[in-house]
Amino acid sequence: MTDLALKISSLEKKYASGVKALDGIDLEVKKGDFFALLGPNGAGKSSTIGIISSLVTKTSGSVKIFDIDIDDNFNEAKRKLGVVAQEINFSPFEKVEDIVITQAGFYGISASQAKPKTETTLKRLGLWEKRSEQARNLSGGLKRRLMIAKALIHDPELLILDEPTAGVDIELRRGMWDFISEINNQGTTIILTTHYLEEAEQLCKNIAIIDKGKIVENTSMKELLSKLDVQSFILDLNQPQSNLPSLAGYTMTLSDPSTLIVAIEKDKSINEFFGELSKIGISVKSMRNESNRLEELFMEIVKSND
Amino acid sequence: MTRNKEILNSLITLTVREVRRFLRIWVQTLVPPAVTMSLYFVIFGSLIGPRIGEMNGLNYIQFMIPGLVMLSVITSSYANVVSSFFGVKFQRSIEELMISPMPNIVILTGFIIGGVARGVIVGIIVFLVSLFFYPDFTIVDPLLTISVLILTAILFSLMGFLNAIYADTFDDISVVPTFVLTPLIYLGGVFYSITILPEFWQKVSLANPMLYVVNTFRQGMLGVSDISVSFSLIMQIFFIILFGAFALRLLKKGTGIRQ
Repeated sequence: MTDLALKISSLEKKYASGVKALDGIDLEVKKGDFFALLGPNGAGKSSTIGIISSLVTKTSGSVKIFDIDIDDNFNEAKRKLGVVAQEINFSPFEKVEDIVITQAGFYGISASQAKPKTETTLKRLGLWEKRSEQARNLSGGLKRRLMIAKALIHDPELLILDEPTAGVDIELRRGMWDFISEINNQGTTIILTTHYLEEAEQLCKNIAIIDKGKIVENTSMKELLSKLDVQSFILDLNQPQSNLPSLAGYTMTLSDPSTLIVAIEKDKSINEFFGELSKIGISVKSMRNESNRLEELFMEIVKSND
Repeated sequence: MTRNKEILNSLITLTVREVRRFLRIWVQTLVPPAVTMSLYFVIFGSLIGPRIGEMNGLNYIQFMIPGLVMLSVITSSYANVVSSFFGVKFQRSIEELMISPMPNIVILTGFIIGGVARGVIVGIIVFLVSLFFYPDFTIVDPLLTISVLILTAILFSLMGFLNAIYADTFDDISVVPTFVLTPLIYLGGVFYSITILPEFWQKVSLANPMLYVVNTFRQGMLGVSDISVSFSLIMQIFFIILFGAFALRLLKKGTGIRQ
């Protein structure tokens, strides 16, 4: 028995149009992992997920889900898999509860067996009050939640979330993060693709970056973030400054008299910087990251692959 | 839970969804055939029929009833599957089926049962409507009538399924019913016996598959037919097996549904 939830070997996909979407990728995701699969648009993420979930046929290579080769017994592999697709893919004219119960039925679960689980899941995702409404009447965020409810109804061991929070407001997004983290803590392996890199940074333990059909980075989130040489911070100052302060070894800019932006190299501590700042009589009210750390790395990796 | 029980649950689920779909939009799916056929019965049966006289030794309205029931069954079962399967492709809810562990044969069977259910319900509605215009109608051979009804609904549901697999646009699902099915049905003996045609056109009519379906059904309901019933039944079963196997092959290959 392997400890892998997913093993992809030499996976290639060439579409009829001649576009080579995947150029022999290898990927392993351990059981219980919260794994981020990132990449720019058209990099091959959707093709990879499509092949895993049988929406796309592979050209060559192998995919094993919990050690079951999809070429040998795809239906058995599919039982272990839940997919939250990027696009809404339920009938807009059916009722919310019916959509979830019907999805359970496709996995062989009778309506009577599916009802209690449907109730629990819809309640947990804040959809229970809407259970009798046609899906087309739900807001964009609620439709996304319904996609998650549907994907979880058969208790999958591997859940793939393809841009689950696209177009969802921040409050709802954070609620979904909590929910997904809870599922992961209960033992479900999760693969996440997202354009919100802050989301991947906060949630995922391991990460792969795919670009032009190849895996260009595959490591732990911690390892990847440690590669960042410089971090930029925005400081809100207690006293407005008329001139840009000068500190040797730090690159600083004043975006306005009360806001200082500073780039601190990896080998220097933030404490050291605050000590230096204090010496020249500047005190700081609050501080935040100038931009997402993962975003900076992501751009660097993708650029270097050009 | 055994695998067989799971498969049965999947089939029940898909069938219920398909039946629920056409019942939810009953004004579009069940009422129009009743209204259209009522008009046929009024105009061709009650108004023009008496002037035509007898057809194959029967009142014209009596002769017309099996043909009109069959016309409704064919168009309804075909339309149900072609619109439902193309609809799930269009809305992407086909993905719900594809990512599930349902075998292809269960997917095909679920859609076909949906088409058969609508075809049979519409057939019964049209027959009940016909009784307002010809209350003395009695079915000569109920077993043959029911067999042909179901076989025809299966056959045209399968044809609707194949059409939907290849369809990319809404135009693609209306071309075959409008330009192929409807002319063939109208020229397939719904309103007349081919014995009234010149010999050449009688022979041409024998190449129309609808003629066999309509006449076999008329044999079951009225005991009269222009063609051999056993040949017709064998051909229907042959084409059901052929189209069913072809549909399964397309599903396995992912034609029209998988990139």
